Amino acid sequence: MIFGFPVISVAIWLPIVFGLLVLATGNDRNAQLARVIALLGAVLGFLVTIPLYIGFDKMTSAMQFVEMYDWIRRYNIHYHVGVDGISVLFVLLNSFFTPLVVIAGWKVIEKRVAQYMAAFLIMSGLVNGVFVALDAMLFYVFWEAMLIPMFIIIGVWGGPNRVYAAVKFFLYTLLGSLLMLVALLYLYYQSGGSFEILDYHQTAIPMTAQMLVFVAFFMAFSVKVPMVPVHTWLPDAHVEAPTGGSVVLAAIMLKVGAYGFLRFSLPIVPDASHKLAGVMIALSLIAVVYIGLVALTQSDMKKLVAYSSISHMGFVTLGFFIFNAYGMEGALLQMISHGFVSGALFLCIGVLYDRLHSRQIADYGGVVNTMPIFAAFFMLFAMANSGLPGTSGFVGEFMVILGAVKANFWYAFLAASTLVFGAAYTLWMYKRVIFGAVASRNVAELTDIGTREILVLAILALTVLAMGVYPLPFAEIMHTSVNDLLVHVARSKL
Amino acid sequence: MQNLYLLVPVAPLIGAVAAGLFGRQLGRTWSHRITIAMVAVSFFASVAIFRDVVFGGHAFNGAVYKWLTSGETSFEIGFLIDRLSAMMMLVVTFVSLMVHIYTIGYMEEDTGYQRFFSYISLFTFSMLMLVMSNNFMQLFFGWEAVGLVSYLLIGFWYTRPTAIYANLKAFLVNRVGDFGFLLGIGLILMVFGTADYAAVFAIAPNHANDLAPIPGVSWNMMSAICILLFIGAMGKSAQFPLHVWLPDSMEGPTPISALIHAATMVTAGIFMVARMSPLFEMSDTALSLIMIVGAITALFMGLLGIIQNDIKRVIAYSTLSQLGYMTVALGASAYSVALFHLMTHAFFKALLFLAAGSVIIGMHHDQDIRNMGGVRKYMPITHWTFLIGSLALIGFPFLSGFYSKTSILEAVEASHLFGSGFAYVALLLGVFVTAFYSFRLYFLVFHGEERFGASQHDHQGDHADEEVSSDHHHGLAPGEKPHETPWVVWLPLVLLAVPSMIIGYIAVEPLVFGNFFRDAVYINSEHYHALKHMLDEFHGPGAMALEDLESLAFWLAMGGVASSWFLYMKRRDIPQKLSQKFGFIYTVLDNKYYFDRFNDWFFAGGARGASRFLWKFGDVKLIDGLMVNGTARLVGLFSGVLRRFQTGYIYHYAFSMIIGVFVLLTIRNWFE
Repeated sequence: MIFGFPVISVAIWLPIVFGLLVLATGNDRNAQLARVIALLGAVLGFLVTIPLYIGFDKMTSAMQFVEMYDWIRRYNIHYHVGVDGISVLFVLLNSFFTPLVVIAGWKVIEKRVAQYMAAFLIMSGLVNGVFVALDAMLFYVFWEAMLIPMFIIIGVWGGPNRVYAAVKFFLYTLLGSLLMLVALLYLYYQSGGSFEILDYHQTAIPMTAQMLVFVAFFMAFSVKVPMVPVHTWLPDAHVEAPTGGSVVLAAIMLKVGAYGFLRFSLPIVPDASHKLAGVMIALSLIAVVYIGLVALTQSDMKKLVAYSSISHMGFVTLGFFIFNAYGMEGALLQMISHGFVSGALFLCIGVLYDRLHSRQIADYGGVVNTMPIFAAFFMLFAMANSGLPGTSGFVGEFMVILGAVKANFWYAFLAASTLVFGAAYTLWMYKRVIFGAVASRNVAELTDIGTREILVLAILALTVLAMGVYPLPFAEIMHTSVNDLLVHVARSKL
Repeated sequence: MQNLYLLVPVAPLIGAVAAGLFGRQLGRTWSHRITIAMVAVSFFASVAIFRDVVFGGHAFNGAVYKWLTSGETSFEIGFLIDRLSAMMMLVVTFVSLMVHIYTIGYMEEDTGYQRFFSYISLFTFSMLMLVMSNNFMQLFFGWEAVGLVSYLLIGFWYTRPTAIYANLKAFLVNRVGDFGFLLGIGLILMVFGTADYAAVFAIAPNHANDLAPIPGVSWNMMSAICILLFIGAMGKSAQFPLHVWLPDSMEGPTPISALIHAATMVTAGIFMVARMSPLFEMSDTALSLIMIVGAITALFMGLLGIIQNDIKRVIAYSTLSQLGYMTVALGASAYSVALFHLMTHAFFKALLFLAAGSVIIGMHHDQDIRNMGGVRKYMPITHWTFLIGSLALIGFPFLSGFYSKTSILEAVEASHLFGSGFAYVALLLGVFVTAFYSFRLYFLVFHGEERFGASQHDHQGDHADEEVSSDHHHGLAPGEKPHETPWVVWLPLVLLAVPSMIIGYIAVEPLVFGNFFRDAVYINSEHYHALKHMLDEFHGPGAMALEDLESLAFWLAMGGVASSWFLYMKRRDIPQKLSQKFGFIYTVLDNKYYFDRFNDWFFAGGARGASRFLWKFGDVKLIDGLMVNGTARLVGLFSGVLRRFQTGYIYHYAFSMIIGVFVLLTIRNWFE
């Protein structure tokens, strides 16, 4: 709290309240009103999170802006929220994207506008809740609740195969989380009746139990990241989701799983984490290399970027499980950067899709001739996706590769293959879509992006460049927490 | 002074941003005025810095701002201004300025005028960040940034299929090099705990005999680091076998072929190795590898220049070959000589490319030398400057290329490293080859019968990748004659011809023998004997040139000129017969040793095949088909079986209850 002002609660509930307000505007006769209220709520929702960054104390790894109230006293469950250096940036990232998504869907969504906008606002609040919850039950409630708006977004505004994708998405993620619930209940008893996540960090747990808890958490988190081999829901979900859904899915939702590893797996069961690190690293490297290759020949742009996301998230989990500061901070920076870049790429694909209603690479070609401004933005984001220095995409990959060299040169060797693969699949797609002579009459009739689209892409472009040129503000806020976590993970809890 | 350092890279960046973002508002004239003014500012600042460093004896090593900290390492953006970077800044900004001016004429009719200026200014910025860096992180930034601009410029005419094929190829091949480079940087950072050059160089000698921290192998660490770094240089400086992208890069407009693919960017690898000399000096293995790779490139890429018919491609292969010469010099620990050749080459090769561009303008964008001939009458300035460039390239005494090339040959001759014998022979043969293809080009373009305007542009005989500029192939109309180009085009030629002639004579003594670079390059005492030997033999630049008249290299060069004169002026029927007689060799050369085809088949095709297999089999069949949907089917199967029991008939349920009671009772009795 700052001066008694519950910043975090506002960050959670303000978007949700605005979401309900938007819902209250009713049917599409009031669509414009719904849009305005949604934008207002989204912008306010972002503005209220800024004090979290400004007022953040970088010198401590303790939770900050903490609020704690009794919730269900009988089971010792609290409404307990707070942020540390690991979670604070994700609250900002999430709130930052909500206005962008609202603006991006401004004209494109014409049916059930209020419901669409409300779903995003409510989801934004719930995701913030996931990142700040310090009570395991509160976390679990937010964690499951956040699925619902996304399920609706894909299922209602999605493509032709949306029901299959939505159900696959829902079942996949739900199955994983049920095991997490079992683990949380075990921890409740093991810790002597507490649902405090921070208490779990100190709870001694025997090895076998640690392994089981790790596996339970792994089931929940790896699906969300997603890690190989439980990744196949993501390309389907992306392909069917509307643009806004894809953006939030890639930029925010994937981060929730990775965040779970940092908040739960590593500190609660450090011994199991060390023991199973080899498996995790192997899965991460498979994600980088195997998925990087798979992305190469995708014919659907969204699928390609979805696979690219999985490959990039491989860097994140690799960074976590090599247990050094470069790796972990690199992974966190990679998560943030991937949020910006993948979000921007999905917006770019959305721009094209809005015009031609196709995501097939083969339906395009020579777009630069008719959409030069768009092509310039797309170039920047494609380069960021290829990890070009000077863009945000470089920072995280660079750090994780450094960390990997420290852990084992061959990890770095495999991870660095993304330099070639990442550039190959991204730029090959770019070449086929953007470069060349005008390929069809459809392309010849394209109109370049307008002010609204330029605004959204320019904000992201500036962010991507700023983070690439000067990543220190992003990194220094996490140092203390990361170092503390590394020390904590190094200690045995047997 | 520090503000001046900052001004050098920032000024072109401002120009790039202005022309790039506001090109439409500024219009053509203001776009080129601003970018040229900014590069001029950068050039004059570089001159001032050069004077300050060389004559004032100042140097600078400091940070501009902190980029990132992590663990115990902090990464900074900073400058190292010493004699090496001062020289590079001067070369880069000078050539860049010339190319900027030249571009006004060359790109006059192009719709992407402002965009082009923006790109070349951005390139200048990136290249300056690269050479001025004081740490490995920023080096990598500049390294990749020049790669980006090169990518953008090769694909500048984005509607041409060949151009956008070439730029993707260039980027990816460079990325293969960067893969090694980044791992090398990673090892350095992890072993030495810092990204700062000076700190790394200070600590490195303590680790001379360490084993590399690479599990499973026992390699010397410095060798591993140096070879990884050199893989990066092989990509950027187009050394065998990562040379394949450079000839294709000629798809870009000619000014950038001069600036990026001849004078500056491709020499980044040479610069980098020289900058890292304290590291490379600790590994004879790496130096040997460098020498052999360089020698292969110098000779075999030169040979390819002989059969090319595209004016720019001949010069491109010549660039590959000359880069090989520089690389060999690095391998022989003659860093100052390599840098000297880098500088002279920057001038005369930029000159050759720009003069070629002038010819191309004169020929109305026909680049095929078989359609030229006798151009000297119509384009006298271009002719004379081109001749100067060619003479400098083949190492004609007193011209700039002579001093640098002769020094390289002497250094290699005196080297005792493994591979130096091979390298020396390769370079000597290369001298003949260089002279041969250079003057073949010169004679075919400027002398002989006038073959232009014949209107039949026979491209049937060309290989696929030379059809290239089909949509830019205008050529001269029948009866039309080429004209000398406007002053914005020929003035840079003249200004580049001056240093191409005299810079060698002036600079050889201080640069090669006068310890010009001081602490910027380091040679260990074991390797120093090569340079020492040269020093003993050296009696001033004039004497050096005169002594050369008795050397084998000089006569090889003259032999090359004479044989090209004989074959392409005197007996024009012989080349045809030769290519038929030695059909096999001709085919191999014509296919560039089959590298492109192999790469397309093995790497590009292999990756696509692997991709399809992994996707169709791994993701679609195995995971989704078997595991995900298989699970769903399994659940369905179970529920189907279970459903059978839910018949809804009371007597079925009653029957099962009775059976159940029986079973339970039996079990109970059993256990009692």
